[in-house]
Amino acid sequence: MPHSSTSPFGPSGAFPDTRFSVVRATGSDDPQLREDAWGTLIQSYWKPVYKYIRIKWRADEEDAQDLTQEFFARALDADFFRRFDPARARFRTYLRVCVHGFVANEFKAASRKKRGGEYRMLSLDFDGAERELRSTGVASDVDADEFFRQESIRALFGDAVAELRATLEQAGKHAHMTVFERYDLAEADAGSRPTYQQLADEMDLPVTQITNYLAYARRELRRIVLERLRQISGTEHEFRLEAIDLLGVDPSDVAF
Amino acid sequence: MWLSDRTLDHLRAVADEPDLSGTRYQLAEPVGRGGMGRVYRARDTGLDRDVALKILHTTEAGEADRLIAEAKILARLEHPGIVPVHDAGTLPDGRVFCAMKLVRGTRLDALARDTADLPERLRIFQRICETVAFAHAHGVLHRDLKPQNIMVGSFGEVLVLDWGIASQITRTAIGPDTVSPATDAEPTARGARIGTPGWMAPEQEQGRTASITERTDVFGLGAILRELVETAPRVQGAKPPARLRAIIERATAAQPADRYRDVPTLADDVGRFLAGVAVSAYREPFVERTTRLARKYRTPILLVLTYLAMRVLFIVIADA
Repeated sequence: MPHSSTSPFGPSGAFPDTRFSVVRATGSDDPQLREDAWGTLIQSYWKPVYKYIRIKWRADEEDAQDLTQEFFARALDADFFRRFDPARARFRTYLRVCVHGFVANEFKAASRKKRGGEYRMLSLDFDGAERELRSTGVASDVDADEFFRQESIRALFGDAVAELRATLEQAGKHAHMTVFERYDLAEADAGSRPTYQQLADEMDLPVTQITNYLAYARRELRRIVLERLRQISGTEHEFRLEAIDLLGVDPSDVAF
Repeated sequence: MWLSDRTLDHLRAVADEPDLSGTRYQLAEPVGRGGMGRVYRARDTGLDRDVALKILHTTEAGEADRLIAEAKILARLEHPGIVPVHDAGTLPDGRVFCAMKLVRGTRLDALARDTADLPERLRIFQRICETVAFAHAHGVLHRDLKPQNIMVGSFGEVLVLDWGIASQITRTAIGPDTVSPATDAEPTARGARIGTPGWMAPEQEQGRTASITERTDVFGLGAILRELVETAPRVQGAKPPARLRAIIERATAAQPADRYRDVPTLADDVGRFLAGVAVSAYREPFVERTTRLARKYRTPILLVLTYLAMRVLFIVIADA
């Protein structure tokens, strides 16, 4: 039965508050906090930034790698994100504009070769990002902002699924992850998702258990996505707008 | 982990899907959405019937309170024009839901594109008025009346939907027309402006909540009437009848005091227009009144004239 409580947040709140905005923490006076914040920010955004430079600026792989490394290194040195004004734009948009300006200046100065990989300091899987770009098949006339947004969402969900796997395995919930992978991940591309009954037969479980496992995994995924989103959003307001966008609800459509 | 566009779209959709585990509902498909949440068709396995599950997409306390308030209001209003509520509560994922009768029909704005007949439109409008008047009689204001919130069933039955920002009205001792929304126990007062731009009465648009009364809903009904009349097919260049325009003007007057005092009075004027008799909103010039009466009583007038002509003819023949 549904919970009798009318509290929308349930016991702990469905919009999690266990993680705070790392955007603000990049300007913290606490060096450890600042370092952690930068790590999270780079982890969340380096792939969209790299792909954006590759697609929008048609940079070759080596240049795009250098520029990605250099962008984050300079941002760290110059404390780029302290200038972020949430009243003017969402953080993702601000970040893309920063990247755009940075790359434009770099190309203008024609200084690529002189740098010679001076800022190669981050361990980033550029080969993996290249494979993803090839798999995505980006159209040449793609809208830059939309592309950056889509890649940010892809990175967010990709990281969330990886965290979900780690969380479930650590909790000994292997069957939950198997059901989630079989139903929501592995077969999604083939368009031939197994039925609950098929999964129940394969795993020798009742159908109700399959639906419960799947519901649990999805609930955890939603929680992780929202937690990560909160971390990489500039403000609480931005987080809520992003959450609504991300989960597919169009606020302008008012008819119920 | 890399996810294809298709997998990503699927995950975004399922991450938003309500978690119905442990409830008696099975999700079937989304059937509508709005700024606050989504509506799904679901199977009530306990009673073996389809229901509409309205589920908030956020867990904002204010929004949740509004949905619960809507459920409570609807549960109180038993009327054929108001969708019955079966259940309400909180899902395991923390989101608030409301289970309602699944209604099938056509939204009024879509229907207005297909239904050519003005009298039929006006009869539908009268049924909308009956429902809103019933709510008012039970102390409830809708405050968001618009064609998108009206559903017309296949047998012509009318349903007024989305009571999400409805509020309780309390009659004061000042007089029969002085009603005002209950103060801020009402969960809908999230901000000064509530309603839909383009359909809101001026007092609602300006956030003058103390001025929101039954006449605010009269304005919303007047705006719906205008939409129904103006979109009705007619001879090119012809205006809608003056009496009907006068009804719309009175219903949508900027000052609440200049509007119909309540919904039954508005409905009555529309009924009088349909019956071809004088309406309270319009003082007819003599010629227009005569023409209307001549048109309304065409058959008896023709019979009398025929009778008189025959008498004259008989007299003439007899004299000859």
